[in-house]
Amino acid sequence: MTATNNILKLSGLEPLLVTKASNFINIGERTNVTGSKAFLKMIKEERFEDALAVAMDQVRGGAQVLDVNMDEGMIDGTKAMVQFLNLIASEPEISRIPIMIDSSKWEIIEAGLKCIQGKGIVNSISLKGGEEDFIRQAKLIKKYGAATVIMAFDEDGQADSYERRIEICQRSYDIMVNVVKFNPNDIIFDPNIFPVATGMDEHRNNALDFFRATKWIRTNLKGAHVSGGVSNVSFSFRGNNIVREAMHSAFLYHAIKEGMDMGIVNPTMLEVYDNIEKGLLERVEDVLLNRREDSTERLLEYAETVKGSAKKKEEDLSWRNQPVNERLKHALVKGIVDFIDEDTEECRLQFDKPLSVIEGPLMDGMNVVGDLFGAGKMFLPQVVKSARVMKKSVAYLLPYIEASKQVGESNKQGKILLATVKGDVHDIGKNIVGVVLACNNFEIIDLGVMVPCDKILDAAEKEDVDIIGLSGLITPSLDEMVFVAKEMKRRGMKQPLLIGGATTSKIHTAVKIEPNYDQPTIHVLDASRSVPVASSLLNKESRIIFEADIRAEYEMMRKRHQGKQIAKDYISIEEARNNKLKLDFTNYTPPKPTFLGTKVFEDYDLAELRKYIDWTPFFSTWELHGKYPNILEDKVVGTEAKKLFADANALLDKIIAEKWLTAKAVVGFFEANSNVDDIELKNIDHPELLTDKRKTVLHHLRQQNKKGEGLPNYCLSDFVAPAESGKEDYIGGFAVTSGIGIEKWLKHFEENHDDYNKIMLAALADRLAEAFAERMHERVRTEFWKYTTEESLTSEELIKEKYQGIRPAPGYPACPDHTEKPMLFKLLDAEKNAGINLTESNAMYPASSVSGWYFSHPDSKYFGIGKIAKDQVEDYAARKNMKTEEVERWLQSVLNYDV
Amino acid sequence: MSDLLYKIAQERILILDGAMGTMIQRYKLEEEDYRGDRWINHSHPLKGNNDLLSITRPEIIKEIHRQYFEAGADIVETNTFSGTTIAQADYHLEDAVYDINFQSAKIAREVADEMTAKEPHKPRFVAGAMGPTNRTCSISPDVNDPGYRAVTFDQLVAAYYDQAKALIEGGSDLLLIETIFDTLNAKAALFAVQSLFEDIGREYPVSISGTITDASGRTLSGQTTEAFLISLSHVPLFSIGLNCALGAKELRPYLQILAKEAPFFVSAYPNAGLPNEFGAYDETPDMMGQQIREFLELGLVNILGGCCGTTPPHIKRIAEIAKEYKPRKIEESVIA
Repeated sequence: MTATNNILKLSGLEPLLVTKASNFINIGERTNVTGSKAFLKMIKEERFEDALAVAMDQVRGGAQVLDVNMDEGMIDGTKAMVQFLNLIASEPEISRIPIMIDSSKWEIIEAGLKCIQGKGIVNSISLKGGEEDFIRQAKLIKKYGAATVIMAFDEDGQADSYERRIEICQRSYDIMVNVVKFNPNDIIFDPNIFPVATGMDEHRNNALDFFRATKWIRTNLKGAHVSGGVSNVSFSFRGNNIVREAMHSAFLYHAIKEGMDMGIVNPTMLEVYDNIEKGLLERVEDVLLNRREDSTERLLEYAETVKGSAKKKEEDLSWRNQPVNERLKHALVKGIVDFIDEDTEECRLQFDKPLSVIEGPLMDGMNVVGDLFGAGKMFLPQVVKSARVMKKSVAYLLPYIEASKQVGESNKQGKILLATVKGDVHDIGKNIVGVVLACNNFEIIDLGVMVPCDKILDAAEKEDVDIIGLSGLITPSLDEMVFVAKEMKRRGMKQPLLIGGATTSKIHTAVKIEPNYDQPTIHVLDASRSVPVASSLLNKESRIIFEADIRAEYEMMRKRHQGKQIAKDYISIEEARNNKLKLDFTNYTPPKPTFLGTKVFEDYDLAELRKYIDWTPFFSTWELHGKYPNILEDKVVGTEAKKLFADANALLDKIIAEKWLTAKAVVGFFEANSNVDDIELKNIDHPELLTDKRKTVLHHLRQQNKKGEGLPNYCLSDFVAPAESGKEDYIGGFAVTSGIGIEKWLKHFEENHDDYNKIMLAALADRLAEAFAERMHERVRTEFWKYTTEESLTSEELIKEKYQGIRPAPGYPACPDHTEKPMLFKLLDAEKNAGINLTESNAMYPASSVSGWYFSHPDSKYFGIGKIAKDQVEDYAARKNMKTEEVERWLQSVLNYDV
Repeated sequence: MSDLLYKIAQERILILDGAMGTMIQRYKLEEEDYRGDRWINHSHPLKGNNDLLSITRPEIIKEIHRQYFEAGADIVETNTFSGTTIAQADYHLEDAVYDINFQSAKIAREVADEMTAKEPHKPRFVAGAMGPTNRTCSISPDVNDPGYRAVTFDQLVAAYYDQAKALIEGGSDLLLIETIFDTLNAKAALFAVQSLFEDIGREYPVSISGTITDASGRTLSGQTTEAFLISLSHVPLFSIGLNCALGAKELRPYLQILAKEAPFFVSAYPNAGLPNEFGAYDETPDMMGQQIREFLELGLVNILGGCCGTTPPHIKRIAEIAKEYKPRKIEESVIA
């Protein structure tokens, strides 16, 4: 699959693609005479060199589009626009990014359009002067080849309510698409950001209406984008930067969530969302969301208390009094480079290795940044600044790292070239890999981000590297990696190719990348994996085995993938629903659990769990294949299996006696009824889990492959009584872990170079977690939900699941959507109750954890969803209030079509 | 005619002609050849103004077209690389622009029709060639005054409009805006062509061919290939591609970008390698064919031809090789 044209594409000297992955496009605003007195003065005095420096500053500060406005009565706007744009064209660093020609006068816009070779944006046109003007201007913009901002403005004035906004935007959109034949992806609506907390009642909904209109536009006007000038919203608080910055940040947080994808924002007037003092944030959001009658008064009150400090804030250095670790974190989150060298030095003196500064405080700080960014609470320009601080600090440390290495070690293990592929700017992960590899004595050549294929391969040849590593975080990077692989083959290159980054996967590497290159092509899951992979590849003997292993594994994955691709018949989701599993609930009363809500197990007895261990997978971990206990007597592997089993039990004795690991669990039961493919919960005291229909809903998927006569299309919701049955039903959830405290011991083994016990421990912890899940399920059946009493199964029967009820896990075949996991975790408060955290990809940490749902119905059974079709994906996305593409991303492996 | 062109382009790789200048050089023409009767008393020297030959020595130009068609070309370009008022200003021949374009298109049309009559199964086409002019709209010729421009967008629009109109009236099947080194010039050309189509109430296929000047991978005006594509994608083009400046080998990475991203047909007509120290092009038809084969193996192109240094034997070889391959498919996802 190659690039698509259903996105907004802009260009200066270089392309700018506005995609979901591009997060939020930041438009530089300082080259605007109406917004900056200083800039106006430069233009008036024809100090164009200074004006260019302002533009340069904007670009270097992270602006991705440059807004240029020359609307001032005292200057010749057309002349100034042309002169300034011509000058910009001669500065490649500035003209690299697209230009936004900003004027309320059509002749200035048109003059500007004649100066830019790239595809820029007109800001703006509207229906203010009637349809005829609007159409004429839009047609010309199309002919010049630009995108355009459309203001929510018509013959009757500027839209100031939700209804007026959507009415005007709809009308403008229809004319653009149907009459002008304008590319809808090139339309950017500005639905008017107006000030709030003005004291006037009619302004109370100004922000809220903008959010709602934004959501409406993004949902209903296909392709169109939403932009706006953010600083307007805080107009009432001029002079009070603390309040203004908080308002901008909170406004953006909500607007971006609703789909605003570009805007004019001054990055220096933006507080980090999570750093807004809670009291202030609450008051700001009360105002923005019009949550209380007295919200304006309360924010004004607050504003009074910080008024004096607004000026002082510029030099608020109180954070300098904190310990150095905290200072480094603060500097990273705030993007302050001023003190980084001295803080790094101070920190370096505290650690015995300079590298520990990177692994410790710096990575801690970057993790905070990563989390905030992932949660939409920091914005791209801020993250770019944080990365800069990180790089500066690392640069400071590098000489010390080099020096300390020269003492002990001699030759490098090998040369590895790393690059984030073209089109992708994410490099935190790649940098970590670089650091990790470098401290394992590999020589790293890091080409940075957005590196075109030819540059990577030329450098690889020139530097004669041993391995090439590609990184990428956004989905289009996958295509680029395929391209690089093809090129490597074409050039007849010999270096192994490593693939890494959040969006990459083993299956994608196996199916799409590896077949295009004839040397080892390996997906590397994370930084820690990079070292063993690189080491295996660079050792002649181990490479042979390793390469063969990988090839076999990938070949198998491809076969499996192909098997799945074999055309099956699929039916529409409607047909599938008609063919649901029809359980008889009239003659069946679902059992009621002994309690509702959650029950927590703080420190579960490991000795009890031991009995529930399923040993077969344990042996497969060690590549000893066969069923336990027969494997112990196996002719080929029996002896080794016995030894391993003895060692495992010896270690297990120790783990239990010395309490190496702590096992925690939480289970919960909730009132539930099904509604088609959803399961709706009742009486949940988590207000944040309510959908806009005021319900807490679990979403499930239904099998869509065509079934034989009498075979239903399953969905987990079929096992729960529908509301219309009039029957009270329930669903359970659980999260268990046995991995708490493991790090210390893994580290202990690592330090003693005892890989055997390290792997053993990790494998045992995994087994204990599975055993825990099994044991908990048993107690649920017999004790907590108590729908069976006379259950006396052997552990073998347990393993064979010969009992009533199931415990499917989100992310697994019956419910493959990982994004349902946060809901489960919130219902159980699993982070607090079981000490398990979800990563941004909804993976559980500690790794030795299991979570899932409980279903009690006697006919409930495990099944796989198989592949699902687009109609269900769209339906599911609408139910979950997610974008279809987003759902497709998460469910990529179960789609019956390619995206 | 244009429907036919689209249809054929979907079925097979279209072959464009090779260099006009290289062929004209072989005739060792002198000042009087260029002047002919019409400009016998013109105040300025005219030697080297190749476009004039369509009027003063039409039989030579027709013979060159014929040789390219016979070598296997489906499309020949009119002899109008410098046929704008802006480029002809150097010779003080702004007045001749209409005739140059009209006559050039007319004679190419005659040869094309003659060939089509001979081989009705292989219809031949005429591309009205629109060169870059010799001025750039987004670069200042004066290093001390970077805000200065030697030509404005409006002047370019007017010049291109006149050229396009004459090329169409002379019988061109499509318009080829070529050897673009400044994207803003090309945007002006597209603006002009769109205005012309509005005025005559009829549209013709439009092709774009840019020039990557060196290994930096950028146009002279500094754009990357992808930015170049984005900047010109607002018009539903027949094709977009690259020509001149580089040989096939050097052109490949940039062509790959177009092949991957462009929602139009993709064309390439490289030089016969890079010029040697004498400014001549050394690549033989076989050498060039070998590199062109790489394009084809990778499925990069729909239209192939040659630029500086290429001759009918080059085109013959390219046409032979192209027959073995299927044209690039415009993926649905790209068009969507």
